[in-house]
Amino acid sequence: MSPQFINFLYFIGALCFILGIKGMTDPKTARLGNIIAAVGMLIAIIGTLLKKEIVSYEWIALGFIIGGIIGALIAIFIPLTRLPERIALSHAFGGLAASLVGIAKYYELGAEMGSVKIAAIGFEVLFGSMTFTGSMMAFGKLAEILPSPPITYKFQNQSNILIFMATIALWIYLIFNPAASHFFYIMVGLAFLVGILIVLPIGGADMPVVICLLNSYAGLAAAATGFVLENYILIVAGALDGGSGFILAILMSRAMNRSFANVLFGAFGAVTEESLKKQEEFYAGKVKSTTPEEVAYLLENARLVMIAPGYGLAVSQAQFVLGELAKVLKSKGIDVKFAIHPVAGRMPGHMNVLLAEAGVPYEDLLELEPSNALFPEADVAIVVGANDVVNPLAREDKASPIAGMPILDVDKARTVVVIKRSLAPGFAGVPNPLFIKENTLMLFADAKQALQEILNNIKGVVSRLH
Amino acid sequence: MGSILIGIYIFFLAAFLGYHLITRVPPLLHTPLMSLTNAISAISIVGAMVIAGMKHDLVTTILGTIAVLAASINVVGGYIITERTLRMFRGRGGGKK
Repeated sequence: MSPQFINFLYFIGALCFILGIKGMTDPKTARLGNIIAAVGMLIAIIGTLLKKEIVSYEWIALGFIIGGIIGALIAIFIPLTRLPERIALSHAFGGLAASLVGIAKYYELGAEMGSVKIAAIGFEVLFGSMTFTGSMMAFGKLAEILPSPPITYKFQNQSNILIFMATIALWIYLIFNPAASHFFYIMVGLAFLVGILIVLPIGGADMPVVICLLNSYAGLAAAATGFVLENYILIVAGALDGGSGFILAILMSRAMNRSFANVLFGAFGAVTEESLKKQEEFYAGKVKSTTPEEVAYLLENARLVMIAPGYGLAVSQAQFVLGELAKVLKSKGIDVKFAIHPVAGRMPGHMNVLLAEAGVPYEDLLELEPSNALFPEADVAIVVGANDVVNPLAREDKASPIAGMPILDVDKARTVVVIKRSLAPGFAGVPNPLFIKENTLMLFADAKQALQEILNNIKGVVSRLH
Repeated sequence: MGSILIGIYIFFLAAFLGYHLITRVPPLLHTPLMSLTNAISAISIVGAMVIAGMKHDLVTTILGTIAVLAASINVVGGYIITERTLRMFRGRGGGKK
């Protein structure tokens, strides 16, 4: 097939990608967008198979069949509560693919390359390798194979910056001396190391930002691959992915009122003994606890109930019980709305997917601002497995580590019920004055169990048994 | 050198277009957006296929095959998981979409 025709197919593919993302701007067109983007990918793959450089198909088929089966199995069977892990893994695979293509290209061409090409290959391999190991680390932390709190040691930031600078120095050296192959492989090794080191000091609840940044890096690596291969569909796709990840990362860090630098180097959320002791004094004797029966009574007599979910909801897999509770309340004529903080959960949009899975219509999932407009009218606000995103200290205490972070104003509701296993601090390691407010009731239990008991009470199951 | 310039040209136009599209995606759909862009960036499979199929030597073939494998996990998985999450989103009255 003529190269012009193949390039035309790539052009159609790129167009499909753009239309696919446009579809995602509205829930009504999102599924169509996904299909259009998939068609674009199919066209690009078919176009590539027609290239005359490809002389044998068995290795391609082998890789595609094994990878396709693995990808399909993960995508079909992973519980949606574990989506952040799946996304982290896929960034790792994306980074690995880009990095390997770059290494293979260098191995093939070596010293024949000009400075421009080696610069692009270096960039591709750098970002690809960093994304690979960084995402594997993020995956490990999310899956709790690795400890989720920040891992810190002395001179950590200094040594990380030094290693990163060394990697960049090798890249620059290679631009002028493309033939120095041992330096190329040292650079690859260092890039793998950098990926591990930069994610080590980042704690679990900062993962939304990290995942978005890794998403962005994976995209940039793909775009760099496009420069190496002089293939424009890769540049378009990489720019879209890189841009998307970057925008999401900005939205996430803005939702925490923190800078990238603070997220990446701040080792935020390292809990100290001292702070734990202070917490105990802070809460001593001021916490009012409640029972599922009492909460059920409160809910039945409410007109508007607002629910603020957090990562704890995903951990205890409580989304289905919560969805049913909302449905039962609605059938009794009580209005139920969900208040979703942008960084609730471990990735952007995490809570929305879980609640949608539990059958909550998307019109009832409110963003931060409409939620806060509605809280003063709510009779009951229920906080399920969230902590820092509902902490009034962010509004009131300028010295607090979460000062200025936009929060859900659950305390404006007439009564607040907090379902939480213990008074353990949230990720920021600060006490939460919400828990001792006079209109707050604490329900100490596992989220799923507590919600089930509330639901049973409302349905009258328990009262009939007694 | 010319093709690199065209590449930079395309990169910035696509990034600009992407910026305007992506800022219009509601937070409701941020998770499927991420899995979709992730599937799209698995377009590196195009490069990996050429390397795996060009029969240069064993090293490049193996590197290329592993790259095809890694990228196809995202190609196949990315679209399936996006469809799976999007199917969850229902409007009021149970109407699909």
